[in-house]
Amino acid sequence: MYVYDEIDQRIVNERVEQYRDQTRRYLAGEISDAQFLPIRLQNGLYVQRLAPMLRIAIPYGMLSSRQLRKLAQISRDFDTGFGHISTRQNIQLNWPLLEDVPDILAELASVQMHAIQTSGNCIRNTTTDQFAGVAVDEREDPRPWCEIIRQWSTFHPEFAFLPRKFKIAVCASETDRAAIHAHDIGLELVPNAAGELGFRVLAGGGLGRTPVIGSEICAWLEKKHLLTYLESILRVYNQLGRRDNKYKARIKILVKAMGADAFRERVEQEWAAIKDGPATLTDAEIERARSYFTEPEYKDLPALAESAELQRALAENNAFARWYQRNTFEHRVSGYRIVTLSLKATGYAPGDVSDTQMEAIADLADHYAFGEVRTTHEQNMVLADVEGNELLGLWQQLTALGLATPNIGYLTDLICCPGGDYCSLANAKSIPVAEAIQERFEDLDYLYDLGPIDLNISGCMNACGHHHIGHIGILGVDKKGQEFYQVSLGGHQGKDASVGKILGPSFEQDAMPEVIDKILATYLDLRTEEEHFLDTYRRVGMDPFKERVYAEAH
Amino acid sequence: MPKLIKDGAVVEDSWAGELLDLASYNEHVTAGSAPDGKLAVQLEPGESPADISGDLTKLPMVAINFPVFTDGRGFSYARELRQSGYQGEIRAVGHFMRDQLGYLARCGVNAFAFAEETDLSAAIASLSDFSDHYQADTLQPEPLFRRR
Repeated sequence: MYVYDEIDQRIVNERVEQYRDQTRRYLAGEISDAQFLPIRLQNGLYVQRLAPMLRIAIPYGMLSSRQLRKLAQISRDFDTGFGHISTRQNIQLNWPLLEDVPDILAELASVQMHAIQTSGNCIRNTTTDQFAGVAVDEREDPRPWCEIIRQWSTFHPEFAFLPRKFKIAVCASETDRAAIHAHDIGLELVPNAAGELGFRVLAGGGLGRTPVIGSEICAWLEKKHLLTYLESILRVYNQLGRRDNKYKARIKILVKAMGADAFRERVEQEWAAIKDGPATLTDAEIERARSYFTEPEYKDLPALAESAELQRALAENNAFARWYQRNTFEHRVSGYRIVTLSLKATGYAPGDVSDTQMEAIADLADHYAFGEVRTTHEQNMVLADVEGNELLGLWQQLTALGLATPNIGYLTDLICCPGGDYCSLANAKSIPVAEAIQERFEDLDYLYDLGPIDLNISGCMNACGHHHIGHIGILGVDKKGQEFYQVSLGGHQGKDASVGKILGPSFEQDAMPEVIDKILATYLDLRTEEEHFLDTYRRVGMDPFKERVYAEAH
Repeated sequence: MPKLIKDGAVVEDSWAGELLDLASYNEHVTAGSAPDGKLAVQLEPGESPADISGDLTKLPMVAINFPVFTDGRGFSYARELRQSGYQGEIRAVGHFMRDQLGYLARCGVNAFAFAEETDLSAAIASLSDFSDHYQADTLQPEPLFRRR
């Protein structure tokens, strides 16, 4: 993991003191509400429906057990003892007092954490693969690059008042687990003809009101040019992005309006002025960033197939075997397994984790996984390095904690924003819809028979729940003051990303489990053997689903 | 005389020349009547430094207007002016706010004329909220990683 040096720590400490003074001046009436808005947003603080919400940065999803314990303590001292993992791998607290935020930030700084640029019209937390460094299909560890981008984007003087928020994601593996096509900038580490890895740069992807898949702006960029190239894209966007309408202010609108070719040309023009300048990365800096992400001290273990203890447990314990199959993943190193902790137990808001769970997870991380924990953009957590013969013991403890629901990648492992229960932007509640669907489809045999399905729920157009890229997407809409839900099908994240298409007229909240049931029944009727939901949808199209859902509804 | 922050101090505004909008300034230049040191130009959002006619070195001052503090185009304009080698005064005018001073200064703005009543001697403190920065900027051309 990256560890702050004296300079990193000083910068974060100075930020706390800066914000402490800004809060003091605001409370003294020296800063207006309008002026304080971007200041508090860029320190993570929203004012929500019921109380402020503080979004704490978890850079590219990496946490130490010490940091997680601190988050547990903060959530207990300043909130009601819960944290909510967001789709940007961050963690949100729902009840902090505005007056307390400087103290919370100081607590965070004591464990090398912050809430810098987690909101506002600036460059946000860079996200990546939650399996970075341990994935079998990885070309290179993306985390040193994420850290380099984090430092470059932190307090960038030119890009703190952009037309709109700006999100960057990095993928370095065969399978895209970071949804890079749905980001303002998506970076993929790819080899050129000579086999050397560089960045494929996508720009202008995004969800929200106008979902767009990113356009390729550069097919292969030499690594050392990463920052000057990013700077050029941001400079074009900062000057030419629309500022007259916040719904048309994201870079995707600019790239579409200019066309990818004209946009690229403009970027290259800006780039010519700064390329090879001082912001060009040095080998020493790349090595320095890499030095923080070296391998932990893996043991020389037998392959999982040869671990007698594990194989016996798998053969004897059905529940354990089910969990092993669904919630653990192949590890790059022989004898190890990646474990996903499901934050999608029925009856709990998706992505929520309690203070006691956080402390227990920190203990488990220390015992089983080199003291490291990750958050995922699917709102779960990960212990990345677990020995095969320890899995049974870990599973037993996770089960007791309610963190072993064997549903990762299945329908009930849904993505869900906080929605109208918490968020002042939302048109509709999302958590009750998620719960009703989880309750309806709790039967594991049915769930597994359905195969992998991404179901994503957003309470409004802002699409925090990524509904556009769910195989089944649900969007809360407001119709004459009533909460309704629009369903879309066929969205997908990954290298063959697609944006879902709307099924038809929206539904009342109570109808949602039944609607989902009909969609699933249609799929089960039409699928060929081994065909996943998305494949069936792509083959048969929208009509059969539409007919079934609406024919029986009227 | 109105006061402003210039080069890190509160000073009287000593500018005695004329401040023209971009179109008028460019007309003067085209007509060959831009007197050295007496005319300055004010950029509005949407008017890039690249649109300024004539020899930039003869311009004593470029003012960058912030009609609203949330419009951040001026940050890039200042940066581009300095990048092109401009050495004269870059003055932020309009509705920017004290808490943006640090960023503006790092982009190359060296004079700040607030439209709103501001305690200038207190505001100066915001120029030094941070003792170091990650990026290369106008004040520090080497990014932190080259100095670590």
